[in-house]
Formats: sequence, structure tokens, C-alpha cells
Amino acid sequence: MSRITVTVDGTKYEEEVEPRLLLVHFLRDRLGRTGTPIGCDTSNCGACTVLMDGRSVKSCSVLAVQADGSDILTIEGLAEHGTLHPMQRAFHEEHALQCGYCTPGMILASIDLIQDNPDPSEDEIRSGLEGNLCRCTGYSNIVRAVRKGAQEMGATP
Amino acid sequence: MIPASFEYVRPSTVEEAAQILRNAAGDDVKLLAGGQSLLPLLRLRLAYPAALIDLGRIDELRGVRDEADHVFIAAMTTHDEVVKSAVVQEQCPLVALATAQVADPAVRHRGTFGGSMAHADPAGDLPAVALALDMEFTILSAEGTRTLPASEFFVDYLETALGPGEILLGAKVPKLGAGWGFHYEKFHRTAQAWAIVGVAAAVKRENGTISEGRVALTNMGSTPVRAFSVERRLPGVPVADGNGELREAASTAANDTEPPTDLHARPDYRRHLAVVLTERAVRKAAA
Ligand SMILES: Cc1cc2nc3c(=O)[nH]c(=O)nc-3n(C[C@H](O)[C@H](O)[C@H](O)COP(=O)(O)OP(=O)(O)OC[C@H]3O[C@@H](n4cnc5c(N)ncnc54)[C@H](O)[C@@H]3O)c2cc1C
Ligand code: FES
Ligand code: FES
Repeated sequence: MSRITVTVDGTKYEEEVEPRLLLVHFLRDRLGRTGTPIGCDTSNCGACTVLMDGRSVKSCSVLAVQADGSDILTIEGLAEHGTLHPMQRAFHEEHALQCGYCTPGMILASIDLIQDNPDPSEDEIRSGLEGNLCRCTGYSNIVRAVRKGAQEMGATP
Repeated sequence: MIPASFEYVRPSTVEEAAQILRNAAGDDVKLLAGGQSLLPLLRLRLAYPAALIDLGRIDELRGVRDEADHVFIAAMTTHDEVVKSAVVQEQCPLVALATAQVADPAVRHRGTFGGSMAHADPAGDLPAVALALDMEFTILSAEGTRTLPASEFFVDYLETALGPGEILLGAKVPKLGAGWGFHYEKFHRTAQAWAIVGVAAAVKRENGTISEGRVALTNMGSTPVRAFSVERRLPGVPVADGNGELREAASTAANDTEPPTDLHARPDYRRHLAVVLTERAVRKAAA
């Protein structure tokens, strides 16, 4: 067992974990933060995307012990005092989801993209989200939502 | 799936990591870099190491250094850091161009330059770039540091010249002088996927003609391969190729290759792709 300290959505946790525990299982099974789903076994789908020290990672492809000392932001930590993050609101308003399984990962990957590129074109959004698969929407509304979310993030930093 | 149990150690210096690795001689111990190839293997239970040595907190293994006639890229520098490095963009742009096409942003935040080389997947984008640029790998072994040219580093499918007790420290990327142009042409079915075939090209232009060219192929054998037959034919080909000389040179790209068969392509299709993509890569590099 290893002792790790991780801050998740603003709360600091100190836990004993087996080295083989994946970050996504730590979040879901240990901390009960089931807002981060698991969509595949091959690190391809991006459903499990979270921000680790501010950058997107696939939490199924990081060990909890590797996250020791880091700051994790999941979809559950985005809204502040019940107010949706501008990117969450844009996904909601642009109907950028159907089943919603890919949505937490899409939103966090989008926020990561906006950090590097505050005003991405459609092509830049599509390549920025290449690690996130959606089996429902056909992506068009997702792209529209990210453009809108980006504009609103620019307006309300 | 959940990986099988393993021990985990996280040294903070290379020396410490090397010591642990040597003491473990005989046991199935693996170095863990970004984990973007290793963790999927553990999750699918295709690998069962007894212990992982995490290189993730060793500062001396990170970063890009501008050193006179070459750029040194340390093994644990992430793909994302490589792509964003001004030194890489200016001094060895082919590395930046190819790394930007590796996987997707989240994988590039974790996956490392050295991990890609050590993993030696023939479908990986960086080994072909290493060959085309004649990179030299710096390796820490029990006897001290040794260096090995890329042409001797990739030995077979997922196999390098790294011995069991050795750690890849990084690679020296020679600076090519003025007049060189670069391109990495990757053919894949979906955005984040591995290359079905890829071509790394570097060409030197003088007075409107190509004076020297380097071409290396991704996924055309069990290791990356240099397309020497194309390289021999490139000098003298006009940059604004109008008479098919470039096509003629590129037509030999698949000579001396043994491309694999997999879900995506058979060898004959890969040979066809190698020719077409080589022409495109050289044309764009020369433009
Ligand atoms: C969804 C997905 C898509 C991908 N697509 C691509 C792609 O299109 N192109 C591409 O090139 N790659 C792709 N990759 C792989 C990615 O580039 C990995 O980052 C890379 O192959 C391995 O780097 P790593 O740092 O994650 O190494 P790890 O997975 O940690 O290690 C890989 C192997 O190298 C060994 N190793 C690592 N570092 C050292 C060292 N310093 N010294 C000695 N041995 C070492 C490890 O022991 C292990 O055997 C993809 C990965 C995923 C998950
Ligand atoms: S669950 Fe599919 S990438 Fe993590
Ligand atoms: S909304 Fe169903 S997978 Fe994207």
C-alpha cells in the first residue's frame, strides 16, 4: 500500500491505496465521485478525462499513486455555488449531448483546449477533441457548444 | 480491467532508479514513464511486471536543451512539452511536426519522448523521425553512460538495444543547417489512431533543386526503416518538380521493406501507401 495526498475538486484527501489502483477507480469507488465515467479498456474513448494540475488526462491511464500531490478537477467540481461553468452551460444550451456518457470528458477536454487556444476554429476544436469519442451526437452540436463556451469563458474569466 | 498487483517505487534521481533496477536483476521490473503504452497493457493484463519504477518525479530526466550542434531532448519530456518547445520548433521542427500527430492532447500530456522510443512500436511516429534525423540515444548502463545511433537502437518489434538494467536518458538531435525543410505525413483511419503508414522527410534545397534527402518510414516493418533507395534518387530533383522526377524517386519507397498485415492493411496496400505518402512528404518538405 502507498499513502497519497490528492486534492479533488478543492477537497484534500489522504488515502492508502494499492499501487495498481487507477485514478478513475480512486475517484469513483473510493471517493464516490461517479461523475467521471469509464467508457473503454483501451485508453481510447476519453470519457474518463479529468484535469490533473490543470491539464487533461485520461484518468483510466494514470495510477492513483502517480497523482500523489496533484490537484484533480472533475466534472463535479466545475459548477460554483450551483452556477454552471460557461462550458457546461453551452453544452446544455446547444444540445451537445444525447446519452451524456461522453459529456464529462468532452467538457473537461474542451476547457483544456481553451487554455491553449481561447478562440478555436471549428477545425481546431475537432482536432483538440480527437481523444474524445461520442457515439450519439455526430459532434456538430458539440463543436457549436465549444465555440459558444469559449466565447463565454472569454467574457467571464 | 484492473491491473494485476505490483510493487511501486518512485525514485527522485536517475542514480537511485538505476540502483533499484540493477538490484532487481532477474525480476520482472519495468520502468514507468508516462504510462500511455504500459498502463493500457497492464489493464488488458498483457503484461504482469512484479514492480514498476516510476520515473515521473525525476527532474533531471525532463526538458529540452539547446547545445551547440545538437538539441538534447530528455527522456521524460512529455509529447506536449516537446510540441510547445521553442527550441524544438526552431532547431528540429520535424520532431515537433511528428509529435503533434501522436495520439491526442490528453495522451500527449502524459506520454513521453523517451517512452515512445523505448516502447519501439513500429507504428509509433517518433522512431522514424529518430532514424531520419540520425538521432543519437544517451543510455545509462551499469558501466556509465553510452550512446547509440538510432540506426542501431531499434532492433525488432517492440524491441530496442536497451539492456535490462539500462535507462534511456534522452536523445541528441543533430541541428541541420540552413536550407532544410521537413514534413511528417501520417495516414490513419481515425483522428487519434496510430499510423497505418507514416513518412518522415527532411530535404535540403540548393538553387531550386534537392541536394540531399532523408526519408524514414513508420509501420513498414518490425522496426522503422530508412528508404535509402529514395534518398539516393533525390539529389538533383527540382524542388518545383514538373516532370515526375520526384514521383520516380518516391516509387522505390517500399523497396527493401517487409510491411506487416493487420486489421487495417495488407502488405501490398502498405507498399502502395509508402510510395504515395513519400511523394507527398518530400514535396511538402521541399516546398
Ligand atoms: C489512445 C492512444 C493513442 C496513441 N496513439 C499514438 C500514435 O498515434 N502515435 C504514437 O507514436 N504513439 C501513440 N500512442 C502511444 C504514446 O505515444 C505513448 O506515450 C508512448 O508510446 C509511450 O510513452 P510513455 O511515456 O507513455 O511510456 P510508458 O507507457 O510509460 O512506457 C513504455 C515502455 O517504455 C519503457 N520505458 C519508458 N521510459 C523509459 C526509459 N527512459 N528508459 C528505458 N525504458 C523506458 C517502459 O518500461 C515501457 O516498456 C498512443 C497511446 C494511446 C493511449
Ligand atoms: S475510459 Fe476510455 S479513455 Fe479512459
Ligand atoms: S452523448 Fe452519448 S456518447 Fe456522446
